[in-house]
Amino acid sequence: MMNFSYTRAETVAEAIAAVAGDPAARFIAGGTNLVDLMKYDVMKPERLVDITRLPLREIEATDAGGLRIGALVPNSDLAYDARVQRDYPLLASAILAGASAQLRNAATTGGNLLQRTRCYYFYDVATPCNKREPGSGCAAKTGVNRVNAILGTSEACIATHPSDMCVALAALEATVHVEGPNGPRVLPFAEFHRLPGDAPQHDNTLAHGEMVVAVELPAPRFGRNHTYLKLRDRLSYAFALVSVAAALEMDGEGIAEARIALGGVAHKPWRVPDGEAVLKGKPATPDSFGAAADVILAGAKGYGGNDFKIELARRAIVRALAQAAAGEPQVQSDKTVN
Amino acid sequence: MEIDRLTAAGPTAVSIALKVNGVERRLEVPPSVTLLDLLRERLDLTGSKKGCDQGQCGACTVLVNGRRVNACLQLAVMNDGAEITTIEGVGQPGALHPLQEAFIAHDAFQCGYCTPGQICSAIGMMNEGHAKTEAEIRELMSGNLCRCGAYGNIVDAIEDVMGRSAFKEAAE
Repeated sequence: MMNFSYTRAETVAEAIAAVAGDPAARFIAGGTNLVDLMKYDVMKPERLVDITRLPLREIEATDAGGLRIGALVPNSDLAYDARVQRDYPLLASAILAGASAQLRNAATTGGNLLQRTRCYYFYDVATPCNKREPGSGCAAKTGVNRVNAILGTSEACIATHPSDMCVALAALEATVHVEGPNGPRVLPFAEFHRLPGDAPQHDNTLAHGEMVVAVELPAPRFGRNHTYLKLRDRLSYAFALVSVAAALEMDGEGIAEARIALGGVAHKPWRVPDGEAVLKGKPATPDSFGAAADVILAGAKGYGGNDFKIELARRAIVRALAQAAAGEPQVQSDKTVN
Repeated sequence: MEIDRLTAAGPTAVSIALKVNGVERRLEVPPSVTLLDLLRERLDLTGSKKGCDQGQCGACTVLVNGRRVNACLQLAVMNDGAEITTIEGVGQPGALHPLQEAFIAHDAFQCGYCTPGQICSAIGMMNEGHAKTEAEIRELMSGNLCRCGAYGNIVDAIEDVMGRSAFKEAAE
């Protein structure tokens, strides 16, 4: 690990000023991803600003009937919060599908949004990677790309965003509260992460020095009609090959509204409103689900090793929608997929 | 004289206070030193193991303020003021923790390399209180790999301790 200097911030303003004024500085909170990346020299900050002492650890009710989750709330505390378990079980389920208990204890809400891709070539500093070293090329496109993206890719990058939690937050239409050198702003979740385009070094739309201070959930909806279905190479403690967060507002036997977000397939949680609209007013049948999947996966492209993801994603969408419609969410400890 | 490798290797050291296995420590630590390296190389607490050093195996699991974390992904300086419990603080020969006894009774290891992390993780899991079934124990212990494949016996040992009323009362 490269040497770096260390500053412990006492206030949000102080932390922002410290990072904004130094291009080589970074915030650190749980550190579960950043410390790992620093050991591999994938990230080489010269200064770390420790934000763990900032007062961003509360989960508070909002006037709109939702929850405001402080950026430093650990993933495990969020997943097991009684209000989240009761009102946002899709979010709780997605969080518990990710990482391990130890990592969830250390990792924070804001950090989960900011974690970086696990593309093998991003981690391997001996290979080209446009995300790690802009302009160096993409080794994944012609390499071992089983884990890589099938949607929203570019010539420059086929990395995926690794989070499970963010897939649920996308489906739930959370908002992200940010503070920075130019003041606060609030972003819809869909506008937080970005597609790689010709600048894959940018995972999201934050400017240097901007900090996530909270994630806000709108008032709860969807009752029991939700699921987080995660498919991976082993039963636990692995990143998603494909995951689906599905939530349905039912109207008798029919679907009034659908939310569908995919993980493991793109540079950001993948949501296609036109695909969700296909289900409006339709019966909850495999044919309806398949029609939605076709729209959501339109334009999907494999790179050899990940070709299987296109059909896997289609089947996962259909299965997840069936689980959501039946009110039988995927259980994250019993891995039998019903 | 003992050579302090960590201080020698670091840039500007930061002064921190830790309570490790009940003992107050004041330490000068370079920012890049992980909690795991501090425990092993400086405090000679070599029970916590460096398996993968990337948070993928769980062999370095320790309790920080009662919560299980991967010590390899913690910067020591960020834990200033924390209480750390390693396997050495969990129990010692002659005064073993019930889980240590249960791991022996159930033959829950072969090489033993992952065992300190398994036991610290299981204590953390019991503190958390979310595992009620075997499937939940397996899921919530999935951050601890065992290359010998002793998983069946590890789960048996944990279930055994969780099932003992005396332990339940002590935990409450």
